[in-house]
Amino acid sequence: MEYETVIGLETHVQLKTKSKMFCGCVNQFGSEPNTNVCPVCLGMPGVLPVPNERAMQLTALAGYLLNCEVPGFAKFDRKNYFYPDASKDYQITQFDFPSTTTGHVDFEFGGGIERVRITRAHIEEDVGKSSHFAQHSGVDFNRAGVPLLEIVSEPDLRSADMAYEYLNALKEILIYGGISDCDMEKGMVRCDVNISVRPRGAEELGVKVEIKNMNTFSGMRRAINYEVPRQIETLERGGTLVQETRRWDDIAGITESMRTKEQAHDYRYFPEPDIMPLKPSESWLSEVRSHIVELPLARKQRFVLDYGIPAQDADVFVGNVPLGGFFEQAVSGAKNAKAIANWVINNLQARIVETGTTVDELKFEPAAIRELVGIIDAGTISNKGGQEVFSELFENGGAPEEIVEAKGLAQVSDSVELDTWCQAAIDANPGPANDVRNGKDNAINFLKGQVMKASRGKANPQVVGETLAKLLKS
Amino acid sequence: MLHELTLSGLTSKLASKEVSSRDAMQACLDRIAAVDGQVNAFMSIDRDDALSQADAADAALAKGNTHIAQPLLGVPISLKDLFCAKGQPANCSSKILGDFHSPYDGTAVRKLRDAGAVLFGRVNMDEFAMGSSTENSAFGRSNNPWDLERVPGGSSGGCAASVAAQECFGSIGTDTGGSIRQPAALCGCVGLKPTYGRVSRYGVVAFASSLDQVGPLTKDVRDSATLLGAMSGHDPHDSTSVPTDVPDYVAELGGDLKGIKLGLPREFLIDGIDPEVRAAFDAAVKQCEALGAEIHEVSMPHTEYGVATYYIVATAEASANLARFDGIRYGDRVDGDDPFSLYCNTRGRGFGEEVKRRIILGTYVLSSGYYDAYYLRAQKARTLIKRDFEQAFETVDALITPTVPSPAFKAGEKMDDPLQMYLSDIFTISCNLAGTCGISLPCGFSNEPKLPIGLQFLGKPFGESQLLQIAHAYEQATPWHTERASL
Repeated sequence: MEYETVIGLETHVQLKTKSKMFCGCVNQFGSEPNTNVCPVCLGMPGVLPVPNERAMQLTALAGYLLNCEVPGFAKFDRKNYFYPDASKDYQITQFDFPSTTTGHVDFEFGGGIERVRITRAHIEEDVGKSSHFAQHSGVDFNRAGVPLLEIVSEPDLRSADMAYEYLNALKEILIYGGISDCDMEKGMVRCDVNISVRPRGAEELGVKVEIKNMNTFSGMRRAINYEVPRQIETLERGGTLVQETRRWDDIAGITESMRTKEQAHDYRYFPEPDIMPLKPSESWLSEVRSHIVELPLARKQRFVLDYGIPAQDADVFVGNVPLGGFFEQAVSGAKNAKAIANWVINNLQARIVETGTTVDELKFEPAAIRELVGIIDAGTISNKGGQEVFSELFENGGAPEEIVEAKGLAQVSDSVELDTWCQAAIDANPGPANDVRNGKDNAINFLKGQVMKASRGKANPQVVGETLAKLLKS
Repeated sequence: MLHELTLSGLTSKLASKEVSSRDAMQACLDRIAAVDGQVNAFMSIDRDDALSQADAADAALAKGNTHIAQPLLGVPISLKDLFCAKGQPANCSSKILGDFHSPYDGTAVRKLRDAGAVLFGRVNMDEFAMGSSTENSAFGRSNNPWDLERVPGGSSGGCAASVAAQECFGSIGTDTGGSIRQPAALCGCVGLKPTYGRVSRYGVVAFASSLDQVGPLTKDVRDSATLLGAMSGHDPHDSTSVPTDVPDYVAELGGDLKGIKLGLPREFLIDGIDPEVRAAFDAAVKQCEALGAEIHEVSMPHTEYGVATYYIVATAEASANLARFDGIRYGDRVDGDDPFSLYCNTRGRGFGEEVKRRIILGTYVLSSGYYDAYYLRAQKARTLIKRDFEQAFETVDALITPTVPSPAFKAGEKMDDPLQMYLSDIFTISCNLAGTCGISLPCGFSNEPKLPIGLQFLGKPFGESQLLQIAHAYEQATPWHTERASL
């Protein structure tokens, strides 16, 4: 029988805020254990949570970027469970009225555009981090209370690779919107994967297995690639699957059972009485909406469509937003967008990387690249001359035409002067000249070279060719 | 004797330099030494700290600081054992907190300090504010100064007993279902529960977050107005505190009851009210009428659901609020082989019986499959109870009721019957569910033994000013507030 894989992801992303979700402690990775803590995030007696305004704005903004609805009523709830890394032994999260609902993410996969529906994106607090030593365990609460956005997808993913690309697209969107830095090394993105298989064509979903707390995208892909065949083999052997939570062992490369549905926690969610329900006003929402940015995929499509540049070039401008912005300014009103893209990607980007500077610090305006391409296309200077002009632009700024003038880089296209050089070359090389006359067209290149040499490279090669042909065939 | 003064009596003597704050503090310490062996209101007293706070107040007074800027300057005030004050214990009359000392000042504590109060001594309570008699304290019960065989009420029993025994000039408690008003009634003092959101809850160990409010217990209404004014106001640390202006409660006192409409809730005047309480109450209603008030009978049809609703909402919230006492970060820990057994050992030994009962009840009503039948229904009932109040306040300015159905009962009398105990809050509970304000003040005494009887006024949300005016007018027309327990 042929099986279809069904995957849904719950992705947790740390928000890019200065302080934690419910207190003033800094939201910062890498400090000494238990240094970014206060009575609130340590769950001391008598403390109260006060929601972080910036985190609420980022949550709503993330909702808009994921094409979600941002309802006029949301609230916080308590999720109750005992664990040493939960300082209050409950987590403040959003249960039945999340801050954003029903959206979607479009992304490129398998040569086309796929859409994954987003069930919800809600805000909650991160927990501390446990460490286990020989004789004891320790908990670092620096991470406790860091704002986390949980993005829940519908079961619309059909393979490990598709899930991988979805995560990459999601990450790019969140970085784009300034929602999160999504730094994997710092544990800023973690996800839980829900996987089931069903006979192809079946309507009903198979038994769901959840793999908890994956912290790399490649690990997630490997886990799915392990879990799917395990499920299919179990079914093919005539076995049954149980709804359960499994753990991914990255070293052994296998998943193992943590707990079954019967052992699942009853989290006893109920409304958080310490925080009033959220009723975002229209003016608050419109301020959030003013920070909506163009999504990566839309940007790519627009670059390809509006400027006619190749998809790979557009990818560069999606991946490097300032460079893309520079390109857009340079290309405005220009004829040869592809040439401008080439200069920006091949020359400018290379020099920026090499010198460690930024687009903002450049000494010349984007229009200079447009002018540069213009005078190359007009034959005023050669490509080689163009390189020299660009170097001067990059190092000292200025206007391309002035640089051409100052450095004497203009090509000679004047017919009288060229006629003289060409006639001299023909006269000095009767052999090749005759060859051309006898139909050996390649021989003209030798004569061209002689003219270029005589002009010390300033002759416009195209006009030289035309002049030689005219003189030899007359 | 200095300790017999009211708070306002003390501040006028402090202002005129007749007495010093150190004199006042020493008078309290002497009084405690003399009578607290019988009353057992105080859990701990940091004498050196208390006297140095008093000296600091005297220095401020000498420098010319006034009670206009700092209305509590130099006044010794006791605190219920659940307020977090930096460097002081906060045991909540429980064993589980061990030698925990708060690393921070809560907002009410900070505001009292800013107003110049000398915060000394931690007074007894029912463990984690769960109870109506102070018998649920892990450190022994407190006794009613009017009859030491009887309970002072609870959960702020230590507050009420310390005020009634004249061991302090005012005390700060909390009221979740009557925990200020009920002990105030049983001990013959004034107890005020402000509107939810009026005083910050930051730094108050939570019992039931949507019901808890901080309030004063004092010898008279004016003193409650003074303390309320000092503690009220919006707090950025408590997002449920309300940014409503704080009136000058003391300045607005005075006047009579002419034109005031008082509502008599039909459903409160049930069978089972002690006859002496009923007689005192009826006389109080007549007195109000004589002072110019119009009495209107009103209906609060959902009153009967109050106690049941309260015990679902409060225990549900408590089950989560008390989860943090797990032995991991602070308090007493009883080790185990794994986290689960550590939790069981720590909480099994640390919590008392009533606290465990309520945690289990609260856990149950939130459990999958029971949530809709209990917690959700309770929330709906709460909305109906709130609506009862809104409708009543459309026609009347305040409600008038007895505070408690009977005077103080004997210690041990209701310990085996939690349901009987829960019913002693029957008149106070709905005010917390509705989130509005209420005050209890003395309205007479029973004969043989002579025990105080409490009168309750319930006011509109954020209507503390009018509530205090009404209570003050009644108080000033009657002799009850001048009576003191003979110890």
